[in-house]
Amino acid sequence: MLEIKNLHVELEEEGKPILKGVNLTVEAGKVHAIMGPNGSGKSTLSYVLSGRDGYAVTEGGATLDGEELLEMEPEERAAAGLFLAFQYPVEIPGVGNMTFLRTAVNAQRKARGEEELSAGEFLKAVREKAKTLKIDAEMLKRPVNVGFSGGEKKRNEILQMAMLEPRMCILDETDSGLDVDAMKLVAEGVNALRDPSRAFLVITHYQRLLDHIKPDVVHIMADGRIVKTGGPELALEVEKNGYADIVAELA
Amino acid sequence: MTALLTKDARRVDATDARIAALELPKGGFTGPARADALKRLRAMGLPVRRDEYWKFTDPTALNAHEPTAAPALPLIEPLLFANRDRVSLVFTDGVFDSEASDDLALAGVEIHRLAEADRADIHWARDLYGVLEARGQMPVARPFAALNTAAATDGVLIRVTGKAEKPLHIYYNHSGDFSDAIVHHCIRVEPGAELTLLETGPAAARFNKVLEVDVAEGGRFHHVRAQGRDHARRAVTHVFARVGREALFKSFTLTVNGALTRNEAVIEIVGDNAVAHVAGAALGDGKDGKYHHDDTVFVTHDAVACESRQVFKKVLKNGATGVFQGKILVKPAAQKTDGYQISQSLLLDDDSQFLAKPELEIYADDVKCSHGSTTGAIDETALFYLRSRGIPIEDAKTLLILSFLADAIAEIDDADIAADIVARLEGWLARRRG
Ligand SMILES: Nc1ncnc2c1ncn2[C@@H]1O[C@H](COP(=O)(O)OP(=O)(O)O)[C@@H](O)[C@H]1O
Ligand SMILES: [Mg+2]
Repeated sequence: MLEIKNLHVELEEEGKPILKGVNLTVEAGKVHAIMGPNGSGKSTLSYVLSGRDGYAVTEGGATLDGEELLEMEPEERAAAGLFLAFQYPVEIPGVGNMTFLRTAVNAQRKARGEEELSAGEFLKAVREKAKTLKIDAEMLKRPVNVGFSGGEKKRNEILQMAMLEPRMCILDETDSGLDVDAMKLVAEGVNALRDPSRAFLVITHYQRLLDHIKPDVVHIMADGRIVKTGGPELALEVEKNGYADIVAELA
Repeated sequence: MTALLTKDARRVDATDARIAALELPKGGFTGPARADALKRLRAMGLPVRRDEYWKFTDPTALNAHEPTAAPALPLIEPLLFANRDRVSLVFTDGVFDSEASDDLALAGVEIHRLAEADRADIHWARDLYGVLEARGQMPVARPFAALNTAAATDGVLIRVTGKAEKPLHIYYNHSGDFSDAIVHHCIRVEPGAELTLLETGPAAARFNKVLEVDVAEGGRFHHVRAQGRDHARRAVTHVFARVGREALFKSFTLTVNGALTRNEAVIEIVGDNAVAHVAGAALGDGKDGKYHHDDTVFVTHDAVACESRQVFKKVLKNGATGVFQGKILVKPAAQKTDGYQISQSLLLDDDSQFLAKPELEIYADDVKCSHGSTTGAIDETALFYLRSRGIPIEDAKTLLILSFLADAIAEIDDADIAADIVARLEGWLARRRG
């Protein structure tokens, strides 16, 4: 589903290389995890895939279902089925959470030539999904992420994902700043979406999220490259020995 | 005594010449007020660019004997508020059009046409016409308001004695390319009475309007105005309000287009526990010619435990200019004042500019006053976040612009009227994408 080939990316302004040849293939129905030390380029990879400004692709590329991803506008990537749960969800004062969700859902449906959801259908779907994530009506009424705690912001990301039903979900450190209960909620939200036609790329610094969202494949990223790939046992190895050993062993 | 502008022979000559070029109505019961206003105008003189209160806005076109041409553009949307239950008064190029207007009967409201009422003696209006304008000349001179009092040819005198059952809507139709309208309204809201006044329409090629509003004890006055459409129009408007004990005054203005708009609001809070809010949302696109929008506000607190808010937002593109000059003056007796002022601009490109002069002057010690002014561009992070959820870039920008304006629109109490204003904003933004 997602194929990243020899992806080289540098910061547009400083010309500083961040990604130095990333190769990664995520198949439909699978959960891949990317782990790696801070600063290794995990968030950069997620931003480049979703189309944020400020990065220059100097070599390589990425496709979603065979389509060149990096040439599309961010909204086109979303309509094509890509979703990024942000490491730092953005606060948007003045835009109500519900308005935001409805605009997004209907924009994507429109882009795909589908019928827009009626107000009633939409409301029913949001209420249902919000309930399982323990997001109350008051939170839905507030401006997007404004005044939300760290955990509320992350749950709100998962609510958006549940409403938008993307096929390729990237989660960037969705576990950071969450207590165990909140992390379970988030993991349940993700697991509820697991489906043979949907794939996940779960970026995390710690192994603990992977106790709840069981990955099929684990990759270790260091200094802008995938340096090691393995099964779930690789995450446990990281948990025990840290990254230093793996990175050192490769050096 | 009015604060004197820099006196010089050229200003005196220009002022005299302008007065000589005006057709001055004698006025019936307004006669003495008009004569006084003329004296005030001669004493202060017409403004020039170097005057403190005109340094951001060039008064030349407002001073000129004749207006510059401003064609009336065809309507592209239904009239604002047309689907609301209201009493509609229509002025065309500043002249009351009784044919186009509704019957002036509204329970709880007495309405007279200034041009006709002048023959009678309407005692409550005699105590108001030119009176609040004259009070508002201290400490800042407002020559165009004095000129208006002296020369106004039409307007309405409104006395509200109960809770008006529906809003009064004044529509200013613009017809002549060179129309030069001078309109003066007076409104007296009697104790405990309530009125919503809606004002819309491009008005004239050049429009000078004064609205004097006296809100007595416990009265409530809501004002929602939309100035728009015609690109070349110029306007100088003044709202003079006196707000009594436990009274409420709320005014919101939406301004789109217009080569030059100067909106002054001069509010004097004279009774304890009163509330006065003024707000504005201005959208300007220099692509259609010049866009210059100036909000000049002066709020005086002269009573205990009153609240005032000034909320002004401007969205500017393609070389548009926005100006905000706002002051809160807290007099020594005005303890427990709660004063707030915010002016913000959203610049959609590098060509546009926002000039702000926020001022606080406080002579009481137990007060809470705050003010702020910001200029910024669209938040790129927020824009990316919205787009990453599939919202197309122009829709995402519209959402962010509306969210920027939300605090100003929140100053409109009536949800239906606010929704109409938002729909207008959306229409304007949709026509000017990219
Ligand atoms: N916009 C930016 N400006 C400057 N440096 C950046 C920017 N984005 C990323 N970097 C740098 O790129 C490297 C990778 O960062 P990031 O992708 O956030 O790593 P990770 O998510 O793995 O912690 C770091 O050295 C970081 O400082
Ligand atoms: Mg990161």
